[in-house]
This record gives sequence, structure tokens and C-alpha cells, in this order.
Amino acid sequence: MSTHETAIIPPQAAKRRSKIKWGRATPYLFILPWIIGLFAFTLGPLLFSLVISFFDWPVVGQVEFIGFRNYSEMFTEDPMFWTSLGVTLKFAALFVPLNIIIALGLAMLLNQNVRGKSIFRTIFYLPSVISGVALAMIWAWVYSGEYGILNYFLSLLGITGPDWLNDTTWAPVAIVIASLWGQGTMMLIFLAGLKNIPKELYEASSIDGAGRGRQFFSITLPMLSPTVLFNLITTIIAAFQQLTLALVLTGGGPMRSTYFYAMYMYENAFKYSKMGYASANAWFMFLIVLALTMVVFKSSSMWVYYEGEMKQNGNKKKAK
Amino acid sequence: MKKVIIYTLLAFLSALFLAPFFWLLTTSLKSPTELYLFPPKWLPSALHFDNFAKAWTSQPFNLFLKNSLIVTCLSLLGQLLSSALVAYGFARYKFKGRDALFILLLATMMIPWEVTMIPLYMEFNYLGWINTLKPLIVPSFFGAPFFIFLLRQFIMTLPVELEEAARIDGANPVQIFLRIITPLMTPALVLVGVFHMLNSWNDYLGPLIFLNDQSKYTLTLGLAQFRGMYGVDMEGIMAVTTLICIPPLAIFFMAQKHIVEGVAGTGIKG
Repeated sequence: MSTHETAIIPPQAAKRRSKIKWGRATPYLFILPWIIGLFAFTLGPLLFSLVISFFDWPVVGQVEFIGFRNYSEMFTEDPMFWTSLGVTLKFAALFVPLNIIIALGLAMLLNQNVRGKSIFRTIFYLPSVISGVALAMIWAWVYSGEYGILNYFLSLLGITGPDWLNDTTWAPVAIVIASLWGQGTMMLIFLAGLKNIPKELYEASSIDGAGRGRQFFSITLPMLSPTVLFNLITTIIAAFQQLTLALVLTGGGPMRSTYFYAMYMYENAFKYSKMGYASANAWFMFLIVLALTMVVFKSSSMWVYYEGEMKQNGNKKKAK
Repeated sequence: MKKVIIYTLLAFLSALFLAPFFWLLTTSLKSPTELYLFPPKWLPSALHFDNFAKAWTSQPFNLFLKNSLIVTCLSLLGQLLSSALVAYGFARYKFKGRDALFILLLATMMIPWEVTMIPLYMEFNYLGWINTLKPLIVPSFFGAPFFIFLLRQFIMTLPVELEEAARIDGANPVQIFLRIITPLMTPALVLVGVFHMLNSWNDYLGPLIFLNDQSKYTLTLGLAQFRGMYGVDMEGIMAVTTLICIPPLAIFFMAQKHIVEGVAGTGIKG
């Protein structure tokens, strides 16, 4: 995911670092903890998950090999699968673009020459450090239909707010808004990206008479496109893993309007004890996420602009 | 004129971002009768600090706090130690398969947690670790890809001369790692530590899946349960929520500079 980050290392450092030697096993001993963890907690479970997805595997009882039946059942006989997939895709369609627009907008505001930048930056980042449960608790009360502060504000504007969490239309929106509140990390990444855009580009273009809008589309967006790509991928993955907020805030309701795919999977595994079936769910999600990531990556050559030459120069400077 | 617009916008947005926090805090200090008023009262007429003690003692929150502290502290120790060791191996040694292994490490960051959640549950169940704090602590002793990546990037910016000098003086790799690299790595270790503490303290799904017995609950799990039981005692729920938010906020304010620079420098979060 972040392989492009490794390019930052100056090539000279790579040559120098090989000099320390103390027996051939030494480096392997240093990385041994990760190797063990890889088999015990990552790759091992990943493969095991694939295996049990071909089994009828209850927590207690007879384990039976059933081939692709979990997968075919999922696609053809389980309406909840499609419901939860639809909920998740709708959430992603709303959350992914909004999250990027808001984070980028805030970053651009903070990138202006204003006083007290660091205070505003802190404020916008603050919600990102608190827990999903605490965040859900806060929003549950903000969204309260009768006594909530959100509907109070809306009433000041002459709008009668909905009973957010008990309304099939608005409950998913409520989860989107609560998730957007925690956009801080993405904002910081955009802010770092903006800082890397050379000022000269803006100066040159304003001499040539380019307006702000023109500058945004011709300089800011192209120069920022690798960052947008990175954020796009992480947000898509995050959208498919949405679970804590829905569990605590709505419990998947009302009428399954916030029944996310991750929750569907969670319930199959831990409520109905269908470990094999839930693993098939998990692998389907994994493949969707991989496929989406691939599509985004493949399409990126069309819209992502890598400042190849400039970056190399920068590295040379650093290396000296 | 342009400045005025920007400041107004920033102030307005700040108010939007802070409003939920403000609402949380004032609610936790209100009396039950003041809670259910419309239009809502911004400030409580009297500060009911007793809400905190009442809510905290209505459930074994002291026990949950102890569990949360055990999990956070022990896993922090494991995470720092293991991630630093692995990062050092990748950063400073050339060995067969290193680059392939490092790519594998980066690739594992993409595996969604949901995919390994079920087999991990079965694995911990087999080991008899379900309903103990071990599943929340032990994996931290085997490094986390993102933290390893972050620390490796940092080590590679350090000059090798010190290590070479120490090696000529007869220091072995472990001594070099402990005496030379570890002190130099402090800023990066602080960043990793903060991220890990936030993740661990805030974790809900891990405890939810691996713990059944209330005596093993962590704070997040205890809070969720508290709400389920006392759904109407809103000032109590808000009081506990406030308390749970304090450590992450305090850690954030202490390490703010590290976080902002760290996220900016690596482009990702754990």
C-alpha cells in the first residue's frame, strides 16, 4: 500500500548499511518476532480462513467439507448478504468522496497564511484520537430526536430534524456524519502533501494570469493526486470495515438500514456460529477490496501525476 | 477581506468540530431534569460533579480500568520492543530475501482485520485464551507491520558511523541496538507508542470478540454494556464517556508535535 514511500530513502544509504556483520543468523534473529507473528497471527489465519470457507464449520459440532456451497448460498439464497452489501456500497458512495473533499478542504484552509494554524489543526484532528465507542456515545446523544443538539440547531434554521437513528433514510447518513468527524488523519496527510507543492508554481501561474480556481485544478489537484490516490484506497478499505459505529450507534437498524457487511459477517460468525460461512463472507469482502484497490491503482496512471524529476532532485539533495 | 473570510470559516468549522465535545461535557455535568429540556440548555445551572462518581461506581469500572491498563501497558511494551528489533534488522542488515520479506510485510498491511478475525478466534479458543486478556496482549510482542515500516524508515535516516565505531570497539549487535540505536530512535518510538496506546485503549472489536466475562472487560466494552443497561441515564453515560476520552486526549496533547510530524512524514496511520 505504501510501497511508494520507500522511494524516499536515498540510494547511498542503502549501500552503506550493509557494513555491520555479526554472524549470518543475526539479521534473521532481529526479524524473527515478525516472522513468527506472520505465521501465527497473519498469513496462517488468512490461509486457514480460506480453508474453512469451504467447510460447514459450526463452533460446536460436526465439521463437513461442502466445496463452494458457502459461496453459492451467499449469492443465491441469502437476502441478508445483498442487503448488507448494498448498505455498505451506499455508505462508501457517500462517505468516500465526502471524506476526501472535507479533509482536502480543511487542509487547504489550514495551508493559508493565517495565525493560530496549529490551534485549528489540533481542533480538526481532535476527534480522531478518541475511541469508536466513545465517539458513538457522543453522537448517539447529539442525534437524539427530541433532545439532541443537532435537531435544536436545525430548528433554529426552521428545519424539523428527523429522528436520526430511528429513521431508515437518515440512520445511514448519521453514521456517515459521525465517521466524517474523525477525518483528522487524512487532513494531516493532505496538509503534508500541500506543503510539498513548490510555491514557485503558484507564483509563475499568477503572473500568467491564472485565477484561484484555475490554480486549484491545474496545480493543486495534479500535484496532490498521489496523496488523493493513497487516501482514496485507505478510505475504501475503511468503508468496508465499518463496524464499531454501527454496532454501538444503531445495532444495524432500523430495518437493517445500517446493517453493514462487516456486521453481517460478524453476526454469522459470532451470533449464529457459522464459522465456515462467515469465512466465505470474509473472503468475498477481501476480494472486493482487492479488486477495488486494483481498479483504483490501474486507473491511476490516467489521473495521478508523479513529479518524477523533481522528486529525484530532492533526493539527491538530501543524500548529500 | 480574504483573511476575514478565512478566519470566519475556520472559527465556524472549529465550532462545528468542538460542539460534540462541548455537548458531551455539559451533559455529563447536568442534572437529570435539565437533560430533557427543549430547547436544550447550554450550560448546567449547577455543576453535578457527583454524576461522575455515581456512574463510575454503578458498574465495576475500576476493574475495567485495571484491565484496560494491563492490556495497554503490556502490549505497549511488547510492541515497542518487537517492532524496534524487526525494524532494525530490516534497516541495517543485508540478507537473503530481505527485500521480498519487506514487500511481504507491506502487503500484510492490506489484509482487512475481518478476514483474520474468525481464524484468530478459533486459534485463541484452541489455546484456551478466550476470555483472558492474552489475545489483546500477546500478538503485540510480534511486531506490527505499520510500526515496523515507520521505525525502519526512521532508522535509515540515522548515520551509521556511530554503529561502526561501536562495532570496531567490540560491541555486539545487541549492545549496539540497545545502547546506540534505541536512544537515537526515541522520537520515532514515542510516535509508535502513542499510536499503539490509542489503538489499544480505544479497541472495541478485539475485546468484544475475545472476552465474554464481565470481570475481564476493558473500559470500551464496559461503557457499551453500561449504555445497554442504563440507556436512559444519559448524564451517567456521558460522564463515563468523558472519563474514557481523557487519557487519549492527554496523550495526544503531550505528543502532539510528534503525531503531526509523524503522520505528515509517513503518510499513514496505524
